[in-house]
Amino acid sequence: MNNYQIGIDIGSTCAKAVVLSSDKKILQRVLLPTGWSSVDTAEKLKEALGPWLPEADTVATGYGRACVPYAGRSVTEITCHGRGAAYLFGGPELTVIDIGGQDTKIIRLEQGQVSDFLMNDKCSAGTGRFLEIMAGTLGLRLEELCELASTGGGTSISSMCTVFAESEVTSLIGRGEKRENIAYAVVDSIVTKVMSQASRLLQGAGRVCLTGGLCELSYLRQALKKKLGRDVLTSPDARYAGAIGAALLAGKGAA
Amino acid sequence: MADYVQMWKDLGMDLENHDLLCQVLPTAVGDVFLSQENRPKAMDFWDLVISEVHGIRPAELIEEQKKGRKVFGTFCVYVPDEVVIAANGIVTGLCGGSQFWVPDGEAVLPKSTCPLIKASVGARLGRTCPFFRIADMYVGETTCDGKKKAYEILGEDVPMYVMDVPQMKRPEDILKWKNEIAAFARRVEEFTGNEITPEKLNEAIQLVNAKRRALQRVYDARKSECLPISGRDALLMMQIAFFDDPARCAQMCNRLADELEDRIRDGVSVVPHGTKRILVTGTPLAVPNWKLHNIIETSGAAVVCEEMCTGTRYFENLVDETKTTLDEQFMALSERYMKTNCACFTPNTGRIDDILRMVKEYKVDGVIDCSLKFCCLYDTEKYSVSRALKEAGVPILSLETDYTDTDAEQLRTRIGAFVEMLDA
Repeated sequence: MNNYQIGIDIGSTCAKAVVLSSDKKILQRVLLPTGWSSVDTAEKLKEALGPWLPEADTVATGYGRACVPYAGRSVTEITCHGRGAAYLFGGPELTVIDIGGQDTKIIRLEQGQVSDFLMNDKCSAGTGRFLEIMAGTLGLRLEELCELASTGGGTSISSMCTVFAESEVTSLIGRGEKRENIAYAVVDSIVTKVMSQASRLLQGAGRVCLTGGLCELSYLRQALKKKLGRDVLTSPDARYAGAIGAALLAGKGAA
Repeated sequence: MADYVQMWKDLGMDLENHDLLCQVLPTAVGDVFLSQENRPKAMDFWDLVISEVHGIRPAELIEEQKKGRKVFGTFCVYVPDEVVIAANGIVTGLCGGSQFWVPDGEAVLPKSTCPLIKASVGARLGRTCPFFRIADMYVGETTCDGKKKAYEILGEDVPMYVMDVPQMKRPEDILKWKNEIAAFARRVEEFTGNEITPEKLNEAIQLVNAKRRALQRVYDARKSECLPISGRDALLMMQIAFFDDPARCAQMCNRLADELEDRIRDGVSVVPHGTKRILVTGTPLAVPNWKLHNIIETSGAAVVCEEMCTGTRYFENLVDETKTTLDEQFMALSERYMKTNCACFTPNTGRIDDILRMVKEYKVDGVIDCSLKFCCLYDTEKYSVSRALKEAGVPILSLETDYTDTDAEQLRTRIGAFVEMLDA
């Protein structure tokens, strides 16, 4: 057994890596944009992980998990996000909402193990990509969109499809609707979509947490809380949940 | 490979387009089947048949037609082969399982039609499937709205007979299906010019029962902890059963079952000990649709049973062979066919009972319930299937997919995570 455990999570938008010590403390976090090549991104991560890599067991996860030749094995992002969330939030029962760049996962954990999960289909509604495209249409950064949304209200977007929703936003702009109200409608739409996707698994007991790239957007979390009627936990490390889970699994050999 | 070009030309096929289909098939067969290790030797028969799937059997059918026999193309496991065989007719399956045919189907059908129907209609209208060209008559059935309407379109350029399948399973429905079978028998007699006698019908019943027993034997071997055959190979056997001569099908399946039983005795398994065993349930996997099995079996699990039309629904339950009058025989046929549990019936709790029974019989670790896109019936039934399995403590993954490969990686992530969950 090696001294360190490394988890690498190459998502559609960002690549994350985490180094754990033998007593499961986070020693290092790395965050890079995935760009257009998972192979190049994996190489860049390798450089950043240089000091630890020779003495580490490594597991890769995420869309680019097959592009990490120096990882001992790969594990799906569902298992990794589940394990990572269990590490961060604990509890006998936990429901994880992970809103990533191109997919949204809802994961049920019992005693730290995945017991059920749901994932969006090919459609990008309810994912980070949806928010990015809408922010672009409004000429805003993601953070700005969420900040503005917190002051808006009274408008909604009915289309679930990203392409149709974008033209709906365009026509709202054309109608002279206030930007904060459109921003509100955009966030409301993503929260509604995630909720309808998650409803089957959200009936379970235990706590709810938000992981993935969007967990740092505090208004999004507020909106989710409000719709759910229960608290939604997060943590500064929540966007590393997949990488943390992969690192934890790196210590478990081939199992 | 034999040269079938003249035959395809004579059948009025679109050779140019058909060539494109012929070009992709060998790669798919190589990737999905030939790449597997330690396969049963008896699979050589199915490897040969699939390698010339548009050649060998179509050529046989044409030879039989020259002798005056009629070929009936069918789309569903409720259509009683026995009736056709008793009139010296031949039955061939027609369901399309490739994305290749879908665009031609979409030319006339709504996009929101299930891919199986779109592919079947496309194979006919695009003139790229010899079986659709050869069949003298198509026999449809009212198992779903999409098919009912598609048969109206198919019926425009080929003789089409539609059987009215009941939607419930009350005694009066079983009687109704018996009457439908009797009416079908009259139409088959008329079309073939051959009388159906009780003796001939009894022979046909015995023939098809023998085929069912042989298929069941192969499935029984899959119940062993020592798994002697992959799900992919068993699926291929199942798919070809719809096209083959029933006597040869039984012979080949028995030959395979002999080998599988030897393998079990000798402890020869196709997967390492402890590999998670998956029951696949849902809509049919028509040839050459191998996507689901291939992903499952390259994600560290093994498929041990299919509760589907291309699976247990095709061969479970036998027809009573002791009846001596046509009237009794039609009733015996109705009783057997009405035991098949399809989501087109309401209620359909029998399917859930079947799944729970098979979970035990086949020592299943997890169930994957997969339906074709736009199949409202199976998609809706997922709710009760998944609830019943959860109550029984059996892990279940529900999926929806079509014939394209665009969702392969997403399916791989879900199925991979499901297998990791079973392994944890």
